[in-house]
Amino acid sequence: MQSEILTIALFTTAAALAATILMLPPGIALAWVLARYRFRGKAVVETLASLPLVMPPVATGLLLLWLVGRRGPVGRLLEPFGIEIVFTPAAVVLAMAIMGLPLLVRTARAGFEQVTRRYEQMAETLGAPPWRVFRTVTLPLASRNILAGALLGFTRALGEFGATIVVAGSIPGRTRTLAVGIYTYTETGQDARAAALLVVSVALAFGSVLIANRLAHVD
Amino acid sequence: METGEHVAEATQFELRFSLTQGTFTIAPDVVAAARAVALFGPSGSGKTSILEAIAGLRTPQRGRIAVHRRVLFDTGTRTSVPVRDRHVGYVPQDVLLFPHLNVRKNITYAQRRRPHVDLPDLDRLLGLNSLMDRRVAGLSGGERQRVALARALYSGPDVLLLDEPLAAVDLARRRLILDALIAIRDGLHIPLVYVTHSPDEARAIADYAIVLDEGRVVAAGRPADVLP
Repeated sequence: MQSEILTIALFTTAAALAATILMLPPGIALAWVLARYRFRGKAVVETLASLPLVMPPVATGLLLLWLVGRRGPVGRLLEPFGIEIVFTPAAVVLAMAIMGLPLLVRTARAGFEQVTRRYEQMAETLGAPPWRVFRTVTLPLASRNILAGALLGFTRALGEFGATIVVAGSIPGRTRTLAVGIYTYTETGQDARAAALLVVSVALAFGSVLIANRLAHVD
Repeated sequence: METGEHVAEATQFELRFSLTQGTFTIAPDVVAAARAVALFGPSGSGKTSILEAIAGLRTPQRGRIAVHRRVLFDTGTRTSVPVRDRHVGYVPQDVLLFPHLNVRKNITYAQRRRPHVDLPDLDRLLGLNSLMDRRVAGLSGGERQRVALARALYSGPDVLLLDEPLAAVDLARRRLILDALIAIRDGLHIPLVYVTHSPDEARAIADYAIVLDEGRVVAAGRPADVLP
């Protein structure tokens, strides 16, 4: 039983980490665009980006299942390459990333909005092209918010349940995460295992929040 | 040109533009041959806006801006050189050193061009060695100003735009920075545009002065003739 619990804990942490890395590039790009530009349909993009936060996670999972399922628009593109997502660890990571993304985007966006445009203008007068200005001025000055957003996204990913169980299932040693595991074990009367996962969940959540708070206070 | 200490060649500045801001229009309209131009006038007279227009951070409605006969902006030919290609060294009044970089990284941020100014030269001019590895947050007003000057000079700009460079510097250190600016003007041959509301500073540094009030040029010429 111990190795089973350890496998689930390690897999969940690794999947949440992978999901965080996966959500960072699109999350940062989206946050920056929303912070800096006005464009037609911006309200729609804003709403779409927040949708996973307010929709029932199971509904988001179902939507993902349709998208990446073998006959879905994305799944059909991947099939010729032999890539299948549904009921694989990749599905776990995808579900976690989608659910964590809104938290990252909101927090990072606030960070970009706080960056004084005049610092970027100074970099421009010093000859820096746009990408260098972004990389060396904008991004570092917003980094604290981006880090906080990534951590929020990570903790959200750690606890993800609804979307994961629809799109990835609860396959032991393959897609079973902490939250899904607790549910499965409780449903099947394996209370000792459920309790062990509960302890691990509390410990992981405790550690993440502790680190997040430390980050928020360090100067 | 006068003889003696004045060895640097005069640069041609052409500022003919209008820029509406708030309640009034800033309209310089001067052509001057000088090594250092002082923009003189009370707060809100449009001095800073002129610097920003030269740097490309504000876009005039119409007009023409040229430095060294290099046209930076001209509505007649639809020319507007991008900020990063204007080759100006800009030191705003609040200096805006990058808070996340140390002094050395601030100074060496600029993309270098030829000819540029080397670090040892900048150190000799501004005494930077002891500051190099310090954080920006702990610097005094005078130190910030020196670092900002070095950052603006590092790439070897065609012109240095200075906004009240002595305002945040204590009296004892002003002479030091003023001497450095004169060395930049005459030794490095980099022309200055110097915003101030002190006639003494304008006289000390500039060989041409533009007196502004509410965005209009009310006088322009030799500092001795036009300054109060």
